[in-house]
Amino acid sequence: MLRTLRIIFAILFITGITLLFLDSSGVLQPWLGWMAKLQFLPACLALNVAVIIGLVLLTLAFGRVYCSVICPLGVFQDGVSKLGTMKKKLPYKYKKEIKWLRYGVFALFVIALIAGVQSFVAILAPYSAYGRMVSAVLHHNSVPVLIVAGVTLVVVVVLAFRGGRTYCNTICPVGTALSFLARFAAFRPVIDTEKCVKCKVCERKCKAQCIDIDNQKIDYSRCVTCFDCMGNCKADGLKYKFAWGKTFLAPRTKTFSPKNVEKVLSDSADEKFSQGRRAFITGTAVVAGTALLKAQEKKVDGGFATVLPKAVPERDVPLTPPGSRSVRDFYRRCTACQLCISECPNGVLRPSANLEHIMQPEMGFEKGFCRPECTRCSQLCPAGAIKPIGREEKTAYHVGTARVNLDACLSLKGVQCGNCATKCPTGAITIVETDRGLTPVVAEQICIGCGACEYLCPVRPISAITVNGREDHIL
Amino acid sequence: MKRRDFIKISGAAALTAACAPRIKESSAPKEGEGMEYRINPKNGDKTSLLGYGCMRWPMIPGPDGKDIIDQEAVNEMVDYAMKSGINYYDTSPAYLQGQSEKAAAIALSKYPRSSYYLATKLSNFGDSSPEASKKMFEESLRIFNTDYIDYYLLHSIGGGGRRAYEARYVENGMIDWLKQKKAEGTIRNLGFSFHGSPETFDHFMELHDSGETVWDFVMIEMNYVDWNHADGRRNTNASYLYAELDKRGIPIMVMEPLLGGRLANVPANIEAQMKARDPEHSVASWAFRFVGSHPRIQVLLSGMSSMDPLRENVETFSHFRYMTEEELEFMERMATEMKEYPMINCTNCKYCMPCPFGIDIPGVFQHYNRCITEGTYAQTAGQKDYQKLKRAYLTSYDKTIDKVRQADHCIGCGQCVEHCPQSIKIPDELLRIARYVESLKQDIL
Repeated sequence: MLRTLRIIFAILFITGITLLFLDSSGVLQPWLGWMAKLQFLPACLALNVAVIIGLVLLTLAFGRVYCSVICPLGVFQDGVSKLGTMKKKLPYKYKKEIKWLRYGVFALFVIALIAGVQSFVAILAPYSAYGRMVSAVLHHNSVPVLIVAGVTLVVVVVLAFRGGRTYCNTICPVGTALSFLARFAAFRPVIDTEKCVKCKVCERKCKAQCIDIDNQKIDYSRCVTCFDCMGNCKADGLKYKFAWGKTFLAPRTKTFSPKNVEKVLSDSADEKFSQGRRAFITGTAVVAGTALLKAQEKKVDGGFATVLPKAVPERDVPLTPPGSRSVRDFYRRCTACQLCISECPNGVLRPSANLEHIMQPEMGFEKGFCRPECTRCSQLCPAGAIKPIGREEKTAYHVGTARVNLDACLSLKGVQCGNCATKCPTGAITIVETDRGLTPVVAEQICIGCGACEYLCPVRPISAITVNGREDHIL
Repeated sequence: MKRRDFIKISGAAALTAACAPRIKESSAPKEGEGMEYRINPKNGDKTSLLGYGCMRWPMIPGPDGKDIIDQEAVNEMVDYAMKSGINYYDTSPAYLQGQSEKAAAIALSKYPRSSYYLATKLSNFGDSSPEASKKMFEESLRIFNTDYIDYYLLHSIGGGGRRAYEARYVENGMIDWLKQKKAEGTIRNLGFSFHGSPETFDHFMELHDSGETVWDFVMIEMNYVDWNHADGRRNTNASYLYAELDKRGIPIMVMEPLLGGRLANVPANIEAQMKARDPEHSVASWAFRFVGSHPRIQVLLSGMSSMDPLRENVETFSHFRYMTEEELEFMERMATEMKEYPMINCTNCKYCMPCPFGIDIPGVFQHYNRCITEGTYAQTAGQKDYQKLKRAYLTSYDKTIDKVRQADHCIGCGQCVEHCPQSIKIPDELLRIARYVESLKQDIL
């Protein structure tokens, strides 16, 4: 009964979250958006107190239900381990927890979180890892994300296939965090030593490998409250019951010593992250201009002029979406779950290739611009990296400023252009007569950095007007 | 000279649709069963009323990624046309990125040169020097492997007024050279295709009346909308052009009888009225019958781009039904209603293309017109079904036009304007559509 209920809810959650990642139309967001907001780590980063308290209470009351129902990566592993153990009747047996790894990873994770090494946080966060795997299926546009998602998938699948919840109980930092609470859960499965016949069916069926029948103990730090054990007990030797205050800790072994922590950390801090910027020569921008002159010779009708794809210009400061308070704040909170990227209807958000923020989103205007009416990413972000804003707020959310490259601008070459000024949604760009000709100029106070000018500039591959990010996104 | 003797109309009757096309000894233009023919009063040419316009053939991606004409489809269509008795083929060195003449020549190569009338043009838009212009003419002869052209046209004159005509044909001596070619028999009929103001047209008629340049035929844009409602300051009502040519006895060729397909796909309200009168025939057939019912029309061109319109048109012209006075009046009423819709007068001729900045100009206009015709065009954000209409417009826009070729990328350089035979202010219209799309997206319509 409890097990069936758990499975039903788990399926609902994983389906909902998967759909949320797959749906790029935004239709499902109002219906399913809350599922993303319930995720533990994003809620912590968003300082979403209600969700955090709710999850803490849930775990204190019923154990790690979160891991069995709400966490999509956990449910995904259940599915995989089900496949892996189809042919075996009693696939598992009790194993001791691998403490050094479990707490080592957790300590590293906490330190990375405080130090702001977000790429490490993002790789381990279970919900984000799942999001990347799903969105990699659909939006396979970024090599780093593909690689990371691929590696995650292989690791998770192999571990789940062979050892059930090994990932959750040795690597997953959220699992470890919740385990501290789950030890004291009010309700938990308790072995009735009177009735237990030590047949070990429950132990051999436990995908968390946390039931030690020989010692009649359960390691509640690893139990994910899946109820598989009780369903299989013929002797009625296990009960899910109120056991507040009774501690059955796993036998203590050596205490954890963070041997490598400092070393690993100092390594990653010392690493000089190359910016990976593309050295495109803006000179190639003239291509569009010469095409204009060339078209004249023998006039034939029809056909299309080649349109070079736009390339990413150099930006001193990266662009992060309206709703993010500042670049720093954004990258500190973001867990790289890719939800905003898969939902961005304008092709503006993409995973950063910058090692410092790898897989975390940044904005670019090669395929579209950040449209004035769209606030979808801000409504979605479960980590509070992009706080919810309305349309009115957005039109004044200053994430960057456009600047003109006078050497590349077609208007200064005598072409009747001015498309940036004509199409600027906030009217920040005007064409003024200067000694050099008709020159687009940007009113910095009005420009919000939406990128319409950069996207619609006819100069390719690097636009003659580009947007540079702002560190602080003042309103 | 040798061509003159060929016109033995009596012999043509034997060449019915049943004949296999590979008849080497055929010596007269083909005839199809029931096909409507018109005799040219000036020289006895018996042309099918339905002519094949070679401007809208299907394109497919070629080996190097550039579009090429789907020659197999063209061969099949030309075979069907020849079998059905269509014996007038109109092309130009400029059509379909300069590939149209070649494709027509390949498709027609298995038929005797005398079994069809060939019309092509001096399309010296880019370079109008005598050398380039003469080369263009010689190239047409070479491509068709022939020593004469039946109907040769000064391509699209009138647009730039008298000035443009003089620059392209008079000052470079081309008009005299062409007259000489006519005297030699290399050109059998010399005429022009026209888009422009009444004053410019009057000038060409004066040239004819004074005997300075005699026009053997003239090609005009004619359909039931343009008859009395020609768009823009620079275009002339077809009723005026027709009357002027008719009173001089000049045979008339007609282009755009369907306005680039727009009159085959009319707003539901107009379609309903046509279907109420004639449930069995297509909307397009009304447009064709309107033009064909005028006796001075020698040939009416249709740019049939697939077998479906070709079959349908052959059907229309094989059992041609003349319109009654009352039906002609009905068409005038339909034209008046048509003008109520805010459509752009684009016929998808692609003369504006390629846009140097890659905009799909005719594509954007066609999509816009189609949405108006089909009623998926929102007028205000408050109207009923607004969200549905908005979605329909935006989805089909992104589907039919590549994002980088949409209206918002037009910078207004104006390079296209002079090429448009319909005198559409292309940059203004593109800006209007870009703003419309913007206001749909932002819900501020």
